[in-house]
Amino acid sequence: MSTDKLIVAGQTFNSRLIIGTGKYKDYAQNAAALEASGADMVTVAVRRVNISKPDEPMLMDFIDPKKFTYLPNTAGCFTGEDAVRTLRLAKEAGGWNLVKLEVLSDPKHLYPDMEETLRAAELLIKDGFDVMVYCSDDPVFARKLEDLGCAAIMPLGAPIGSGLGIQNPVNIRLIVEQTKVPVIVDAGVGTASDATVAMELGCDGVLMNTAIAEAKDPIQMARAMKHAVIAGREAYLAGRMPRKKYADPSSPLAGLI
Amino acid sequence: MFLVINGEDHHDLPDPLTVAGLIAHLGLPEKKIAIERNREIVPKSTFSTAALSEGDRLEIIHFIGGG
Repeated sequence: MSTDKLIVAGQTFNSRLIIGTGKYKDYAQNAAALEASGADMVTVAVRRVNISKPDEPMLMDFIDPKKFTYLPNTAGCFTGEDAVRTLRLAKEAGGWNLVKLEVLSDPKHLYPDMEETLRAAELLIKDGFDVMVYCSDDPVFARKLEDLGCAAIMPLGAPIGSGLGIQNPVNIRLIVEQTKVPVIVDAGVGTASDATVAMELGCDGVLMNTAIAEAKDPIQMARAMKHAVIAGREAYLAGRMPRKKYADPSSPLAGLI
Repeated sequence: MFLVINGEDHHDLPDPLTVAGLIAHLGLPEKKIAIERNREIVPKSTFSTAALSEGDRLEIIHFIGGG
């Protein structure tokens, strides 16, 4: 397994689990969950500094950007231009080229606006970014995003923050089969088995935030997710047994007394 | 000097003022932020020389938790 690494845009990651940094009680709990998860990449948001409180704790004080790869997102952007502006600022703040593009639509379901996502992806790629893109679980759009040059295709498993698990395994599998860049299920995971299912479908990684942050014990759940992703990956590589309609005894029938 | 910072009016700021001067005035950690002036990014390497003008619109951002 040591040679089985996640590689995105030429960067190698030890873990196939990527975690978010939102919704935690505080940054200290977030940092502890990150350690427990074994992840080496975290998504982060770009927001205005509260200049009336310059001493407020900052994410970078708790999660060292030299130790963990920051993946700036475009949450809150509704157009390609907003996304480019946000990520240019992120690049200036930290120097990262690898970014997470998400262009959302209706707050009720937070589905990606795929028309605008495609446009934004094109703008960002032209601007030199390596784009990991949050997208619907539609193989047709996934193909279009890959053809544009996205660095990773990140279909949702279920709506963001819903914890409903992989709702359309058929589509996820179709996307995995057709895609040459990494496929990472982003959003919808609720518990460890959901992450395992994603990995068993052949995904290259799983990105989650709420499943860990809103668990009763986020640190223990982070550890569970670490194992779930490894288990799913190993099961996928091992190749599962065929499903059978009837029982097949494990103990030989020959030699019965 | 008058500036609009993160969408809010700020009057009576020192004049003249560079970007680095403003960051020091506000007490912000220079390494952890990025600045846009009138929708153009101000590279960190130019903070100490970039002079601000009356009415400039600034965005000062940092990273926070997100998914």
